This record gives sequence, C-alpha cells and structure tokens, in this order.
Amino acid sequence: MFKKRSLAAPYLVWMVAFIAVPLVIVVYFAFTDKTGAFTLENIMSLGMYTTVFVRSILLAIVATVVCLVLAFPLSYMLSRMHTSTQSMMTMLVMLPMWMNFLLRTYAWMSLLENNGLINRFLGVFGIGPFQMINTSGAVVLGMVYNYLPYMILPLYTIMVKIDSSVIEAAQDLGANMFSVLFRVLIPLSMDGITTGITMVFVPSISTFIISRMLGGGSNLLIGDLIELQFLGNSYNYNLGSAMSLVLMVIVLMCMSFTTADTEEMEAMV
Amino acid sequence: MRKMRWYQRVYMVAIFGFLYIPIAVLIAFSFNESKSRTVFTNFTFNWYKNLFSNEMILKSLAVSLVIAFISATVATVLGTTAAIGINSLKKRTRTVVMGISYVPVIDPEIITGVSMMLLFVVFNTQISSVLSSILGFEVSMNSFGITTLLIAHITFNVPYVIFSVGPKLRQLDRHVYEAALDLGCNPRQAFFKVVLPELTPAIFSSFLICLTYSIDDFIISYFTSGTVQTLPIAIYSMTKKKVSPEINALSAIMFAVILSIILVSNGIDSRREKRLSRAARAEEGKL
Repeated sequence: MFKKRSLAAPYLVWMVAFIAVPLVIVVYFAFTDKTGAFTLENIMSLGMYTTVFVRSILLAIVATVVCLVLAFPLSYMLSRMHTSTQSMMTMLVMLPMWMNFLLRTYAWMSLLENNGLINRFLGVFGIGPFQMINTSGAVVLGMVYNYLPYMILPLYTIMVKIDSSVIEAAQDLGANMFSVLFRVLIPLSMDGITTGITMVFVPSISTFIISRMLGGGSNLLIGDLIELQFLGNSYNYNLGSAMSLVLMVIVLMCMSFTTADTEEMEAMV
Repeated sequence: MRKMRWYQRVYMVAIFGFLYIPIAVLIAFSFNESKSRTVFTNFTFNWYKNLFSNEMILKSLAVSLVIAFISATVATVLGTTAAIGINSLKKRTRTVVMGISYVPVIDPEIITGVSMMLLFVVFNTQISSVLSSILGFEVSMNSFGITTLLIAHITFNVPYVIFSVGPKLRQLDRHVYEAALDLGCNPRQAFFKVVLPELTPAIFSSFLICLTYSIDDFIISYFTSGTVQTLPIAIYSMTKKKVSPEINALSAIMFAVILSIILVSNGIDSRREKRLSRAARAEEGKL
C-alpha cells in the first residue's frame, strides 16, 4: 500500500502544538499561582465549590437516565419499522440536532417563562402558574431536549442489528416481557447504551449555556464556574484550570466505566 | 414486521412532539407582529426585514462562513495527509498518535476551548515580553481574532477527517495499487490515479462534516474569538437581550435551509439508488 511516513509530519506538529501543549498548559496553570510558583492552593480551594460539583454530577446523571429511559423504547420501535420508514424517522430524529443548540435552548426559554406558553396553556384549565424557568428541573429539561438524539441514534444503530427472531425465540421459550427486556434486549444493546450514556453525560456535565439560559443565576454548574474564571468576572486562570482538570478527570472516569476505548480506537483506525 | 400498537404510536408522537413543538413555536412567533413571545397578535414579515438589515448578524454570518470554508479546507487536506502518514507509522506510534487525536473528540468542548485560550494567552504574554525587551518599551500583543478562531476550528475538525478517511484507506484493495505500479506508474502517479479517487467520497463527506461543525460551534469559538463574532456568538449575545424576535426569524431561516439541504441530498441519494438498482436489473437481464 502507498506508504509515506513523512505525510504525517505536518499533522504531528499541529497535534503537539494545539492539542498536547494546551493540555500541558492547563495542568501547569492548575498547579501554579499568579507568579508561576508551584502551589496546591487551586486544587485545595475547590472544596468551596463542592455543592456546584455535586449539583453538576447529579443533574447530568438525571438527564442521562431520563434520556436513556425515553430513548430506549423509541429506538426499539424505530428498529422494528420498515426499512424505508426507518431512514425517514432517523432523519426526523437528527433534524433538530442540526439547529444550533443556542436556538433550541432559547426556544424553551419562551415556553417555560412565568407568563410563557405552557403556563398560559395551563391557565386555561385554571392550573398554575408554575415556576418552571430558573429551576434545576428546567436545566435537566434543557439537557434532555438537546442531547436526546445522541441517545436515540446509537441505541437505534445497535438495535437494528438485533434479529427479531431472537426476541420471538425468547418469547416462544416462555420469557415474559421483563425477561425479554432484561435478558435479551438490554444485553444485546449494551454497546449502544454505553455510547449513548457517554454522549449525553459528557456534554451535560460540562454545559454552561443551558444552565445560564434556563437555570437563572441559582443553578451554577461546573461549566459556569470555569467560564467565570476565564471570561467572566472572577478572572482567575489558575483556579479555572484546576476546575477544568477536575472536570477532565470526572469525564475520563465516566469514559473508563463505559468504554474499553483502546479497543474501540483500534477498530476506528 | 408487526404492526405498531396504539400506545406505541402515542409514544412516538409524544417524543417527536417534544422534539419539534419548541421549534414550531419558535418559528410561528417569528411572524408575530408584537414582541410578545406568548400572544400572537398579527402576521408580519418585519422581523425578517430587521434581520437582513442587522449589521451584526450579517457580519457574523460572513465571519462564520469564511472560517468554516477555510478551516474545513485546511482540516481536510491536513487530515487526509495525516491519515495516509499515520497508516504508514509503526503500530505503537500509531496508537499514541490516534490516542492524542482522540482528545478533542472525547473532551468536553469547554476544556478544548479553555486549553486553547490559555495557549494563546501564554503565546501573547511571551511574545509581548520578548518584543518589549527588544524594543525597549511596553508592547502588548493580542492575537485573539480570526487567526485564533481558525486554528481552533482546524484543530477540532482534523480528527474527524482522520477518523473518517483512515478506515477507508485501510479498506482499499492494495492489489489495485500494486497493479498500477506493475503497469508502470510511479508511486505518486499510482496515488493520484488509483488511491485518491477511491478516497474522494470519504474526503468530501468529511469536508462537509467539518463545515457543519465549524458553522455550528459555539463553545470553542466563544473562548478563542476575542472580540470577533461568529454567528453562534452573535446569537448568544442576542439571547441575552431576552426579547428579540429576530432570533425566531433567524431560527426559521436556518431550519428551512437545513431541511432543504437534507431533502436535496436525500433526493440525490435515492435517485442514485434507483439508478443503481435499475442498472443492476439491466445487468441481470443481459445475463
């Protein structure tokens, strides 16, 4: 095959300069103070923000679970449709993803407002109004709305490969709905589930826009804290780097639970 | 294929309603005369007119398109050459290179954005201090702008090119390439006449992916753009103002553009499929 190692050179330079070095700089900033001296203070002071970290993890987990529960039946139904309908339906799932997520989140702002459409609609029946915007529920809703397709698509992709006769065989052999679900369907779609979980959890835990637009000021997440250190009023690169480092560790831990990434990477190369 | 039960239908309608109703409401209120986001008073195209006379939006759209085209082009070239080069590396080096390339894909975007911002900040302060010491007076360098945006966009786009061209490269039939050599091509000719045409679909589709990622990106641009506004950044500054029906108009336009692109590309696909199946049938007929 056509081999030319030198062709990799420009990219290798680029990769080191703009992927590797920036990460090293983040680590460097996380462990130094403003004068450049080594310190653990940045990492230590993160204890102050425990509530924010816990809230981020919690909301991201809730959003991921909701996505999984909503997406699983839908993906299964999609995978059992006629092939021609399937491609149209997957397109319908993907279409909202092509809208910029700022616009998608903005759409919910006007729906959830105190005198927004939902409250007005409920008002017709004499219910409410409810405080919906600026709650943690609204933040979770924003995450679910933005990232649901990321859960549906990998699940669907794996479920399409499940032969209907396997499920029928299980039923013929006396399995009830729950056994079919837990002993056939879920084990067979495990790869899709783990991919979906990472694809929803990682952007959910690191978002700062959804929490800002739908959560008001009271639902700060890790992403908001980081953004405040770099572009906001707090303006502390060292502390921001320490927070980024912790976020990276959380994400890597999540990935190591859900993927055997070296094998997958090999498969991709 | 079993027919769907009624509750399955209800469920599907509910999910798709959840996905589409917010967008539908957004679009509907782009035609609303009053600024209210809840009461529809009268039909109007005013917000569209405002949008097309909004300097900030038009300028940011131009910036986004320029950045997208340049970064997608550079990323595609860089990524394709990289895929070929990486394919020729030893297995262990290859794993390391692929591992690092994977970082922008799996890392949260905010980390990619923040780390690149820090890189540019460090670069600025270093250059400034060097220049100051040479020139003998304070110089403060600020490189944030189009250049940093381009670097950032190329960086997050290249891995997608590598990951889509690389596998195709491995699937190629090496005998065809060897045949080209046997028939008198030098390696360069064989590459351009045999290997590259086979890779073209993958290269082209990764170029399109890069374009869309670049136009859509907000988070990484937000940290690396300085004062330059891309379209998503302009949208963000508009959402801060709370009530601006121009956003609704913009959403409607974007939705229409996306929908037509998808419909057209699907149309082309299905026509190609039809042609292929017709050709296959014709072949069978001949036999």
